[in-house]
Amino acid sequence: MATPELILAHADERDLTRLGEYRAVGGYRSLERALELEPAAVVQVITDATLRGRGGAGFPMGRKASLIDQKNPRKYVVVNADESEPGAFKDREIMARNPHLLIEGCLITAHAIESRAVFIYIRGEYLAEYEILARAVEDARSAGLFGDVDVVVHRGAGAYICGEESALLESLEGKRGQPRPRPPFPPVTGLYAAPTQINNVQTIAIVPKIIELGVEEFVKIGVRSSPGTAVFSLSGNVVRPGNYELELGTPLRTLIYDVGGGIPDGRELKGIIPGGSSVPILTPDQLDTPLDYDSIQAAGSFFGSAAVIVVDDRCCMVQLALRAAKFYMHESCGKCTPCREGTRWLVQLLTRIEEGDAMQSDLDLLVSVCTRMLGRSLCALGDFAVYPVSSYLRKYRAEFQRHVDEGACPFGDESSIAGIEAPIDAHTHFPTVEVPA
Amino acid sequence: MTDSPFYDEVQELKRRYPDWRSATLPALQLAQEKHGYLSPDALRETARALGTTPAFCESVASFYDMLHLAPVGRHMVEVCTNLPCALAGAQRVVDAFEDELGVRPGETTDDGAITFRTVECLGGCGRATVVAVDERYHELVTPDKVAAIVEEVRGDA
Repeated sequence: MATPELILAHADERDLTRLGEYRAVGGYRSLERALELEPAAVVQVITDATLRGRGGAGFPMGRKASLIDQKNPRKYVVVNADESEPGAFKDREIMARNPHLLIEGCLITAHAIESRAVFIYIRGEYLAEYEILARAVEDARSAGLFGDVDVVVHRGAGAYICGEESALLESLEGKRGQPRPRPPFPPVTGLYAAPTQINNVQTIAIVPKIIELGVEEFVKIGVRSSPGTAVFSLSGNVVRPGNYELELGTPLRTLIYDVGGGIPDGRELKGIIPGGSSVPILTPDQLDTPLDYDSIQAAGSFFGSAAVIVVDDRCCMVQLALRAAKFYMHESCGKCTPCREGTRWLVQLLTRIEEGDAMQSDLDLLVSVCTRMLGRSLCALGDFAVYPVSSYLRKYRAEFQRHVDEGACPFGDESSIAGIEAPIDAHTHFPTVEVPA
Repeated sequence: MTDSPFYDEVQELKRRYPDWRSATLPALQLAQEKHGYLSPDALRETARALGTTPAFCESVASFYDMLHLAPVGRHMVEVCTNLPCALAGAQRVVDAFEDELGVRPGETTDDGAITFRTVECLGGCGRATVVAVDERYHELVTPDKVAAIVEEVRGDA
């Protein structure tokens, strides 16, 4: 199985966080070549390469760039490094091990849209990665690589929703991270209402590799509709979890069994969440699904953030749905009613089912709440809260039914995630106010 | 007050951005470092340095999990319990911390040394369970490693 490494190439042999090492393997040569091209030509290269966003939505980067008003003197490049999707840890690895590749991608992108300001919004929890990236930025700046472009690394402060692009822009503007109504989309009205190219870390990091290889060679990797590689984050009940860079189109089975070593302790595979906790679950009969945008969508799920979570047969699916629902309830920003209230309904109903207190009609009510949430919020979080719950219910309906019929969790205390506590179980981040009697 | 090192640092942060408002989160982070948490005083000082109101600062701060509007311990121990860590046995790690610290998630030890809480995904799913101690990650944490982590934190207290 030949896996062309693009994003993490040489990262095993060399300390690429050091500028000298990165340049020794050809680093920043793509920037030189890009600067010799007209900005529009760079956009064309990215467009021809069919580079699709690696953050979750899969929107072609070139199309975003083509929507930017080139005549506007104020334009921004924003990198979404707020990686918070449960199961995803690829951007963290890219920033920790190949920060200059990201910076080079930023500078090429800035040239492509003729912007002089780049902001990298990194989630607050990634302190070590922030330090590595900030040092790499300083090194590149001192080496005179920035030209008239400035790069600012901006730390978030703990909010999943800030990985949503319009919420990220709000947060970067110093506000609560609540999504904006769209249209207008960021390429038209983005940061400080100026045209903004906003992309995920991995998307930007691939740009120098496209320039290096040339479009013709790049599109030979992966599949025609989604060329290139992706760093897949493999986690959950698998022998060798970790980040693996694979060609798009690699079958799920290859990732889990050949690369990941299969399911540990002689257990059975029960489900696979292919794109982070927010996407519908796949079942073992779907193991031959190729890992690319269109194939996963055809299988009924999403490529998402290439975060593959493996679930074995020790896990109670009601508990898994409940834990996911608690996450989305915690992270709902509260702006849209269907999401704010719906996530609470999901938690309450799933708690009732798990504890064996549910009536038969509660299963239908659960479906009903899901239906009423789907597509009814400004951003995708309302949908993300629904996908795990509705897909676990659809695919493991019998297990939900047993909770109702038996008046208890059929796993007893034997589920692998029994009793798992979530932050919303102990809300502590608001000050307790003493109410006078 | 206006020429405190904090005030000057916030001015420096404001210059980094095309709009001063973008300095709000970094300024709040700085204030929290200085005060331990975002007390009313800390919010007033931040607001003055930014040129805005304490109410605006509080409205922003209340949105983010890493900003604290109530006192927290001198150290923070956070265990991820999201799906990948949960599947790797995070609850047993939570239980071990509870036993070792004598407090429930969301609580602070009586001596004010350690606040213990569960958190959502920290992005270390390939090396679960992940525990953040004062924002530094410990990975592949199992219940038998908890005592040593607590000892290390206490040694720092």
